[in-house]
Amino acid sequence: MSDSDKIIDEVVGNDYKYGFVTNIEQEFAEKGLTENTVRFISAKKNEPEWMLEWRLKAFRAWEKMEEPTWQNVHFPKINFQDIIYYAAPKKKKEIKSLDDVDPEIRATYDKLGIPIQEQKLLAGVAVDYVMDSESVITTFRESLKEKGIIFCSISEAIREHGTLVRKYLGSVVPQRDNYYAALNSAVFSDGSFVYIPKGVRCPMELSTYFRINAENTGQFERTLIIADEGSYVSYLEGCTAPMRDENQLHAAVVELITHDNAEIKYSTVQNWYPGDKEGKGGIYNFVTKRGMCKGVNSKISWTQVETGSAITWKYPSCILKGDNSIGEFYSVAVTNNYQQADTGTKMIHIGKNTRSRIVSKGISAGKSQNSYRGLVQVHGTADNAYNFSQCDSLLIGDKCGAHTFPYLEIKNNTGKVEHEATTSKIGEDLLFYCNQRGLTDEEAVSMIINGYCKEVFQHLPMEFAVEAQKLLSISLEGSVG
Amino acid sequence: MLSIKNLTVAVNGKEILKDFNLEIKAGEVHAIMGPNGTGKSTLAATLAGKEDYEVLSGEVIFKGKNLLEMDADERAREGVFLAFQYPVEIPGVSTTNFMKAAVNAKRKHNGLEPLDAKDFLKMMNEKSQLVEIKREFLSRSINEGFSGGEKKRNEIFQMAMLEPSLCILDETDSGLDIDALRIVANGVNKLRNAERSFLVITHYQRLLNYIVPDFVHVMFGGRIVKSGGKELALKLEAEGYDWVKEEVEMI
Repeated sequence: MSDSDKIIDEVVGNDYKYGFVTNIEQEFAEKGLTENTVRFISAKKNEPEWMLEWRLKAFRAWEKMEEPTWQNVHFPKINFQDIIYYAAPKKKKEIKSLDDVDPEIRATYDKLGIPIQEQKLLAGVAVDYVMDSESVITTFRESLKEKGIIFCSISEAIREHGTLVRKYLGSVVPQRDNYYAALNSAVFSDGSFVYIPKGVRCPMELSTYFRINAENTGQFERTLIIADEGSYVSYLEGCTAPMRDENQLHAAVVELITHDNAEIKYSTVQNWYPGDKEGKGGIYNFVTKRGMCKGVNSKISWTQVETGSAITWKYPSCILKGDNSIGEFYSVAVTNNYQQADTGTKMIHIGKNTRSRIVSKGISAGKSQNSYRGLVQVHGTADNAYNFSQCDSLLIGDKCGAHTFPYLEIKNNTGKVEHEATTSKIGEDLLFYCNQRGLTDEEAVSMIINGYCKEVFQHLPMEFAVEAQKLLSISLEGSVG
Repeated sequence: MLSIKNLTVAVNGKEILKDFNLEIKAGEVHAIMGPNGTGKSTLAATLAGKEDYEVLSGEVIFKGKNLLEMDADERAREGVFLAFQYPVEIPGVSTTNFMKAAVNAKRKHNGLEPLDAKDFLKMMNEKSQLVEIKREFLSRSINEGFSGGEKKRNEIFQMAMLEPSLCILDETDSGLDIDALRIVANGVNKLRNAERSFLVITHYQRLLNYIVPDFVHVMFGGRIVKSGGKELALKLEAEGYDWVKEEVEMI
């Protein structure tokens, strides 16, 4: 083995430190998916009739759909009858305050570094804690309520804020949008709901922390965020899962809606279990995320740092419907060992003077495959649309792959679309240069990568940017040596 | 400071340095000259610990320690500095951040606390004046879009920051115009002191007008074939390498 291979092995050869399992009493749905499963989930959540009908419509559509195969990732066919569609920690009693949370669950989140509390570390962030199919608790609800902000689990929103949910659910990602969106629409379990009323600037970061715990279970979360006229919110999601030898499916749907002059900033630090060094196990992260800039001068900004999952397959997108609206996508996707990622974005320009910006940084190490796939679509109505795309790939070692699939569909000749792409490599010369200044291989790689991703990290909320940098160093630990 | 004895080094199976010997004492400046392909840059890379340079025999003692047993990064922290002939670019990493990491890595190695922001900036200011580098230059990504002269100046700036015991300059003069050459040489001269040694590798005598060496060595076929004072460099400039070659062949 050459020295550079050794470095790669060392840097990549880290252990996933979130891979433990919590022993709690859980409730499950029976394995497999039928109409009864859908009814079971809906009943478990005490949903109104309209919601059940909505789910069943999705289920029937899903049954007739075919799994897509155009993506540049490879995995054995999923047996959808071999998955448990609902798993939830058994509630011992009604959770009214933070003190009522099961100590085991509490300990889990402590261990994950996001303690369930409204103080110290997380004082500036309200968190919705979701384990498997259920939201455990949401912090800071009361103080947010004073401003008219609704931040709760989607299950609760369906019961308490039915009119809002009914109006917006599926308005950006319809039930039959795609195979996994249809599946999610039928069986989605929990996720977060956010509503920011007119003119309100949300005073703290809102965050959801998703944890998969149960075995053989799929997680199908659903998130819906609505920013009413002139409002602003910054939202962050984080996620981890135990280490298991079998693959687990995570098929989420996230919908964002901004009205006139509103802005949503959505950040993701995705750290699902990536599988072991031989590529065994790990999460299939098949997610549909889409935002609709419905109002004029509105803005949606996606920032994602993707380090986990065996397979990541998602394209957080923006539909720029309102005139002068802005869509942004900043992404760092890291793949190592046998991980695969096919990720990117879609920017759909419909309104006049709409602008979008795409900055994608792919980092591949080990034997992984990393693809950027992006669509920029300018409709005939979108006068003076402007898009700038930059897609950079960085290779560590010579056993990995980086791919770029840009698509441009321009139907208006007043628009302007710019695309830049680069591919680079952390070669021996670069490492030697850093070594010669006294930095170890690990320090060097960490510095090079962070420099490379700087443009994306600066769009993350401060405390998460620091977290993301650390996560990146851990993910690539041992990839050079 | 540095003692190289009977050093034989191969690259890709081919012997480049052959039974090479050199002694450098603290405070001395040694220049190594010679035509292309004689092993000058191989010497520099071997001392700095670059991979793929296979030491077949010989020893290198640096400040009483066996240099060949150390990895490149450890050698650097022990005080070996190489000013590169072709410095690389590191996008998104400013010279300031790079130097902060490097300076603190060295301090940690020496059992010192990291420098706080204030002291570090003070140090940056002082050292940047040595090579006449502007402040805004240091917040730019390392070597990205730098001219040849700027890259070399940046190398000397880093040398000043890291305060090494042994400075190896690998053809630092190549690609420099006369003004840049003067600035770089001035920087080096300001760093000369009784404890610090220099190994200056160059093709041309020109640089040695500015950095005046204590010793000049001529390399040929992987070893030093002739040594002398600074006047040797002048003779080489005037007469070329052929007479050395002839002398060597006669022996």
